[in-house]
This record gives sequence, C-alpha cells and structure tokens, in this order.
Amino acid sequence: MLEIRNLSKTYNNKVIALKNVSLTVNKGEFAMVLGLSGAGKSTLIRSINGLISVEAGSIEFEGVSVSNKENINKIRKDIGIIFQQFNIIKRLTVLENVLCGRLAYSNTIMSSLKLFKKKDINWALDCIERVGLKEKAYVRSDQLSGGQQQRVGIARALAQQPKLILADEPVASLDPYSAEEILELLTEINKKEGITMLMSLHNVMLAKKYGNRILGIKNGILVFDKQVIGLTEKEMQLIYTMDTSLIKEKQQAV
Amino acid sequence: MLSLIKKINNEWCLAIDIPKDWKSIFKIFFWIVLFLMTLTWSVKGTQFNLYRISLGIEGISDILSRMFPPNINIVSRLIKPTIETIQMSIVGTLLAITLSIPLGVLGARNITPNPLLYGVSRFILNALRAVPEVIFAIIFVSAVGLGPFPGTLAIGVSSSGMLGKFLGDSIENIDPGSLEALESTGANKIQAIVYAVIPQILPEFVSLGLFRWEMNFRASTILGIVGAGGIGFELMTSMRLFKYQEMTMTLIVILTVVALVDFIASTIRKKII
Repeated sequence: MLEIRNLSKTYNNKVIALKNVSLTVNKGEFAMVLGLSGAGKSTLIRSINGLISVEAGSIEFEGVSVSNKENINKIRKDIGIIFQQFNIIKRLTVLENVLCGRLAYSNTIMSSLKLFKKKDINWALDCIERVGLKEKAYVRSDQLSGGQQQRVGIARALAQQPKLILADEPVASLDPYSAEEILELLTEINKKEGITMLMSLHNVMLAKKYGNRILGIKNGILVFDKQVIGLTEKEMQLIYTMDTSLIKEKQQAV
Repeated sequence: MLSLIKKINNEWCLAIDIPKDWKSIFKIFFWIVLFLMTLTWSVKGTQFNLYRISLGIEGISDILSRMFPPNINIVSRLIKPTIETIQMSIVGTLLAITLSIPLGVLGARNITPNPLLYGVSRFILNALRAVPEVIFAIIFVSAVGLGPFPGTLAIGVSSSGMLGKFLGDSIENIDPGSLEALESTGANKIQAIVYAVIPQILPEFVSLGLFRWEMNFRASTILGIVGAGGIGFELMTSMRLFKYQEMTMTLIVILTVVALVDFIASTIRKKII
C-alpha cells in the first residue's frame, strides 16, 4: 500500500537525513523504523504524509504520489499520524480534539461553529471509548496525564478512519509503563481493525516485542529490512554501533 | 570548564569568566565609555538639572495651592461626559479588535496565505502604530465633525495597530506541532485556525484587549483636547479658563474611573484564564 523509491533528503544542503531509501509497506503490517536520534527516522515518517517535502525519489500511497499537492489532502485523510509530543490542543476537550480527525470530512463553516454531524460525533465518542477514555470525553485535555494525552492523539488518528497510521516516536516522552500500554493499544488496533502501522522507535526491546518487521536506519541509510523472527543480535547491533564498515559496503552497493 | 571558576577564598568562588587578555578588557571598557558618553549627551540635550527643580519649588506650591481644594460642585456636570468617555473606550476597543484580527492573521508568518500579504499587513500595522492617536482624532474630526464619534474612530484605528501586531506575534509563537497535527488530518486552513490557533491565543488576546481598553479610556481623555468629545473636553475647558479647582475635580473623576475600569478588566481576565 505504501511504496517508497530512492527517497533522499538533505537539510540546508548540508545535513543528510535520508539517502536512497527504498521500501514497501504492505497492508496490515506493523513495521518499526529503528535507529538512533538523528538517524533520519522522523524525516522518513514525516515525508510520507507530506509534512516534509521530498527532494529526490518518490512516495506512492495506494498508487497516488504524495508529492502532488492536489492529492495531498486526500491522502492525509487516509493516513493518521501520532506524534512524540502528542500535538493535541491542550485547551480543547478530549472530544473536540478527537473531532479534529473528522474535520477533513466536515463542512468548513459548520465545523468552525463546532457543529458536527451526529454520526461524526458518535464515531468520535466510539474512538474515545476504544482508547479507554470514555469518562474523560468532556474533560479539557490539559488535565490528562501524558499517557492519556497520547491516547487522545490515537483516538484523533482513529477518528479519521485511516488505512495507515504513522507514529513518530509515540512513546519517547512517556514513562516505561505508559509506553507499553500505548504500544499494546496500537498492536490491538493493528490486529483487530487491520490498520497498517509504520512507527519509529529507538528502543530495540520494544520494537522486537510489538513489531513484526524492523527497518534499521543509520545515518540516513536503510541498513536492514527484516521480519522480527529470524533477526539476529548482530544485525540489530548494526544500527547502534559506531562501526561504519558495513554501511560503507551498503553505500557502495547502492 | 573548571578553569573558569575563580576561587576567591576557601568558601567563595566566582562562577563567571573574567577576561584576562587585553582585547576583551578593551572591549568592555569601550562599551562602558560609550554608554557614559550617550548618557551625558542626553542629559545635556534635555537640560536635566536637579538644581533648577529646587529653585522651582515655589512655583509648584503656587499652582498646587490654586488646584486645591477640588471643586465638588461640578461633579454633576461631569457625569455625562464621563459616561460618554467610557462608551467611547468600549466601542473604540471593539472596533480595534475587529480591525486587528484580519491584519494579525495575515501578518503571522506561519499561517499567512502568501508572503506578499504578510509584508503588506505588517507594513499597515507599523504605520498605524507610528501615528499618534491625536493625529487620527484631528483627521476624523475634520471628516465627521466634533463629538465622541471621531474620538471613537481615532481610538479604534490607532489601537488596532498594537493589537494586530501582538496578535500576529502570538500566532507566530504557537506550538507548531499542533498546527502540523491539524494539517496531517487533511483539515483546511480555516479549520486549522479555529481548532489549533484560536484555543492557543485566545487567553492572551483577551487579556491584551482588556489592557488596551484601560489604555483607551485614558487615551480618550486626551482626545477631548482636539474636540473629540468626552471628559477630556471638560478637562481642557477648565485648564484654558484657569479654573484649576475644577480641573482637579475632573482629574479625580478620571482617576476613579480608571481604577474602576482596571478592576473590571482584571476580574474578567481572571475568569477567562
């Protein structure tokens, strides 16, 4: 469903974020992008829904190119995204935040007056219940804990009825317990609803536990792309060691 | 970094770096001399002289003695213009808010539809702030005649410059993540403003508007000078007729209303934030 070919991105003509990355994500997968801070994970995730413009290469979502500006809002409707800093609007209630996920389906004037169709509100409430915040629907979001705020972020993504959910370090600002809860919730959504997941993480243990495919990124280069089963320790260490000989090999191969 | 810490004695250390090379010392010396020269130059230019104030004490006490006691008999005459001034400040402030919203939104780099509109609205906002209220009052008095209406217009137009600038600045300072998140859902620009921008800037903008209301009340007392209505007109009249005791009474009324406006504004502010 997602086809990335020879993607490259350089910031300010200096910092190389991504170099010649090619990968395919299939429907129903739970793929983890693993790598150190600054390896290019965020750039990869954010370029998929056009938050970052692509420099070279192509990204196609269900056969439609992301770089085409006319398509981008259509594609964004089908892709939910969850952020490290949650990026929910703290002064709005949980329900209002989740309804943000329905804005692209709603009339501009009506939604600006905070008027939504009954089925949209019911769906938003279903999503809130799905993430376990039923009691908090009308509470202002700044009164929630970090883990709960991320659940609001997930509910907002679900409200879009997405085919793909992108997650950019979704648990990096949470305590270990909340982190596992969030990842369990996302795994459940992936299995039950069949929504494809592409997530960046820097924790190997969590990536192996919850993902079924791991994409290792180091210095902007995709160093491996494998199913979790059959992944060796040595390969895992590849992305965390400072040894660059293997990467050079890979670079030459490209 | 330890080398930067200067040990003074067994108990005390200095946590900042003291320059030792001549270049840095000269630099510091240069800035101190420059500052002192600017200060002397400005004092000379303003003829600032404490000795001359001491000579003028007699003059001060003379005018003060003519100002007191305040003339209480004119209070009934002041009620109507006071109410008029309050009304001017309310309508003027609301006019300013209305004018400032489009200018502020277009003048915020992160949500402006195009850079040209950004430049134009920032230029208008600067121009509005550069012109003092009294000038606007003169312009509007000659346009619509004497009375509170030109004063209200002057307040509205001139304070929209400040409100619009601050609105634009506070929109530029919102959390970019929330805007990014709204964009990611496929929402359009208007929806992004309603759901991501407004909730974040509203408390700040409301409290700024209330502050501007206080300022506008004080400003509307000055506008009376050019015939733009309100209590300022009474103040001007008693000054020109050398009725200093009436002037003092007018000032006391203004002070009371300023305190009242301040109280109302801070009460509303607390409720909103």
